[in-house]
Amino acid sequence: MAIFSVYVVNKAGGLIYQLDSYAPRAEAEKTFSYPLDLLLKLHDERVLVAFGQRDGIRVGHAVLAINGMDVNGRYTADGKEMLETDTFKLHCYQTLTGIKFVVLADPRQAGIDSLLRKIYEIYSDFALKNPFYSLEMPIRCELFDQNLKLALEVAEKAGTFGPGS
Amino acid sequence: MTVHNLYLFDRNGVCLHYSEWHRKKQAGIPKEEYKLMYGMLFSIRSFVSKMSPLDMKDGFLAFQTSRYKLHYYETPTGIKVVMNTDLGVGPIRDVLHHIYSALYVELVVKNPLCPLGQTVQSELFRSRLDSYVRSLPFFSARAG
Repeated sequence: MAIFSVYVVNKAGGLIYQLDSYAPRAEAEKTFSYPLDLLLKLHDERVLVAFGQRDGIRVGHAVLAINGMDVNGRYTADGKEMLETDTFKLHCYQTLTGIKFVVLADPRQAGIDSLLRKIYEIYSDFALKNPFYSLEMPIRCELFDQNLKLALEVAEKAGTFGPGS
Repeated sequence: MTVHNLYLFDRNGVCLHYSEWHRKKQAGIPKEEYKLMYGMLFSIRSFVSKMSPLDMKDGFLAFQTSRYKLHYYETPTGIKVVMNTDLGVGPIRDVLHHIYSALYVELVVKNPLCPLGQTVQSELFRSRLDSYVRSLPFFSARAG
């Protein structure tokens, strides 16, 4: 999974929600020359293998780089707070009410900006509107968990959210 | 795109060098600021090593806010090069490495008259560093 963890911090600095989903992604670097025995297809803004199998590369694997040039485009201008290391990128979005949403993701993962806003939307829909949830307390709402996990999956696949999604 | 300022620290937290090019507001006394900066970097480094899901090679590289981006490079001997630029600047690890190897090591470490472990007095180092930073492609004389 390219998104490693999600944390929600309240105004006082206490952690009110935590989700860790780290599964090491198997990466194999192979050098091929033309012609390639694989059929590639553009799917959801990623280039995937549609047919063919070679050296452990199967249907569903994605092309990460061509001749060393990164395919996805690493550095997007976020405008939000962001901390970068060689193994992860930490993105933080602070709301006007002092709630901080922190996402730890793979450095190549795009669309974290819209993911942070989506998490804020999910927080206001499933945590704040829940009559049994008190503000600044740890979030124990099942619908929040479910929708958050769904949003993470969508973010990893597509990278962006459309309006009203 | 521009460079705001540059700090150089040694492994004990002593600020070896500080220069600024475009700084809009001064906050506090310089000596306090160096300690604050070093303390913050120390805390961020240990935070990053705890949070990282994988083993790290290079560690903490950079962070950005809505106003500026702070780039960080640390050598195995504990010398830290910190550069604040504006947001349009991409990865400049090689630039910081050049500042360390071609400027600090060549002009200060190899100079028998420059005592290590305290602020660099060498005028040659100061002027070479200044002209190097001004020659960088992302440095513009107008404050961006």
